[in-house]
Amino acid sequence: MSIDLKTIKHISKLSRISVDEKKAEKLAGDLNSIFDFIEKLNELKTDNVEPLTSVAETTLKLRSDEVKSKNLRDQVIKNSPKENEDYFVVPKVIE
Amino acid sequence: MSDITKQSLSELVENIKGKKLSSSEVTKAFVERSEKSKELNAYITEDYVNALNKAKKFDEKPNLDLKLPGIPMAVKDLFCTKDLRTTAGSKILNNFVPTYESTVTQNIWNEGAILIGKLNCDEFAMGSSNETSFFGNVQNPIDKNLVPGGSSGGSSSAVAAQLTPITIGTDTGGSIRQPASFTGTVGLKPTYGSCSRYGIVAFASSLDQAGPMAQNVKDCALLQEIISTYDEKDSTSIDFKRNVYSKELTKDIKGKKIGIPKEYRVDGMPKEIEDLWKKGIEYAKDCGAEIIDISLPHTNYALPTYYIVAPAEASSNLARYDGVKYGFRAEGENLIDMYEKTRSEGFGAEVQRRIMIGTYVLSSGYYDAYYLKAQKVRKLIKNDFDDAYKKVDAILTPSTPSSAFKIGEKTNDPVSMYLNDIFTVPVNLAGLPGISIPAGHDAKGYPLGLQIIGKAFDEQNILNIAYAMEEKIDFKNNITDWWIK
Repeated sequence: MSIDLKTIKHISKLSRISVDEKKAEKLAGDLNSIFDFIEKLNELKTDNVEPLTSVAETTLKLRSDEVKSKNLRDQVIKNSPKENEDYFVVPKVIE
Repeated sequence: MSDITKQSLSELVENIKGKKLSSSEVTKAFVERSEKSKELNAYITEDYVNALNKAKKFDEKPNLDLKLPGIPMAVKDLFCTKDLRTTAGSKILNNFVPTYESTVTQNIWNEGAILIGKLNCDEFAMGSSNETSFFGNVQNPIDKNLVPGGSSGGSSSAVAAQLTPITIGTDTGGSIRQPASFTGTVGLKPTYGSCSRYGIVAFASSLDQAGPMAQNVKDCALLQEIISTYDEKDSTSIDFKRNVYSKELTKDIKGKKIGIPKEYRVDGMPKEIEDLWKKGIEYAKDCGAEIIDISLPHTNYALPTYYIVAPAEASSNLARYDGVKYGFRAEGENLIDMYEKTRSEGFGAEVQRRIMIGTYVLSSGYYDAYYLKAQKVRKLIKNDFDDAYKKVDAILTPSTPSSAFKIGEKTNDPVSMYLNDIFTVPVNLAGLPGISIPAGHDAKGYPLGLQIIGKAFDEQNILNIAYAMEEKIDFKNNITDWWIK
């Protein structure tokens, strides 16, 4: 298979990572060599194999529905790059 | 005492408990050596002043019943430490100061240890040489311009160079065991679910595990018993009966069945690695173990599986870095533009590459062909181990297919870099514990490691085998302090 520049542009949009032409070409080269390597999996027949979603063979534990941490507003907002009183600030979204 | 930093963790604990050394003396010694070792670039953030103050406080009212009384310790910068910058080796978290503490580090401080700094690592733990860190390469104390392995490269370098008596790393595909092997140190990746992931910057959540990195097996066992606790803040933490690993440690491994998987004899493996493995088999026999040939038939499919599963999980985990809630933000013309520029400027090349791979394999039309396929092969890989463990108690392999390589040697070819983890990745995919111990040197005098893989939750057994073999191997690290002027 081959990942072309159009596909790279599409993935970059989905990933929310901007790429220019030069970076797109480099990424196409890298991804193609990585996917060539990944193609090896197609040697295996897996039609009747159950997918493994978790190696931890336990069921999720239930816990009581109690609030354990409160008044975290200042902590939550503390590391934001831009804030205004109690809010995160982003570029204008609604015209 | 000028030789304080040469002492093992166990010796330091004993000397502090016996009041032969104070925490201040010990902390000062490691801080001074760390300050003289800036050329290694093992630290991202130093916390020396606070550490010395904490040591002084400890000495005023020492609690000598603790397991790590006043012991200074630097940790990988992937663990969130309250009020101390935590970067994950990334520009995007350059200014992030956590308001909470990871469970694993909290367990360490609860036993009396003192944080002296945060150690360098590959960006978001994605790398095998510490070269993807935003904060630069780390030098391997073994030789100049040699990589210390990765992603826990600052950790392996710092332990080998004796800048910290012991440390913790994280291991998603080999990030504890491979750097341990490259630096002549001991590194344990515990069973998935053994150590809480709460407060560890996430890379691939179904694979990530924290674990100890030490100068010897006994120290490693002691730290493992401290960091491994059930934690309800991590929904994949497992509530099983944990051993008191250092107390139960024994060299008596007579009659233990150790498997040798023929598929680990990979094409192009250097003769030195093959010889090391043969020597390892002899050591195990000398300790009274029984050697049994086994087969793990899907070994060759582990790396391709990993390079679907890990990037897929990473692309999802790293979606949180959007320039809004914390971390670096680049200005943009609108919201989407701000996201795209923030992530493009904030993440390094390897992280972007993996996010792109992960996004692609999860995208509409490709999910079944890649992600689902990989999950199925992951099941086959786990089945291989389950079958093998019907016949054996543990498995012995080399830790890495080569010794440490030069800085810059593999940076232009991602696939050749990924091949470093060929012996370690299957263990993460199956959720098993694995330990790397130093076992010899190559022709250049660089350390080589052997890996012992255990059954799930059987850390005690692989620690015991490692402990017995360590004595037979009698490895000596040849470090000349070349970086100290």
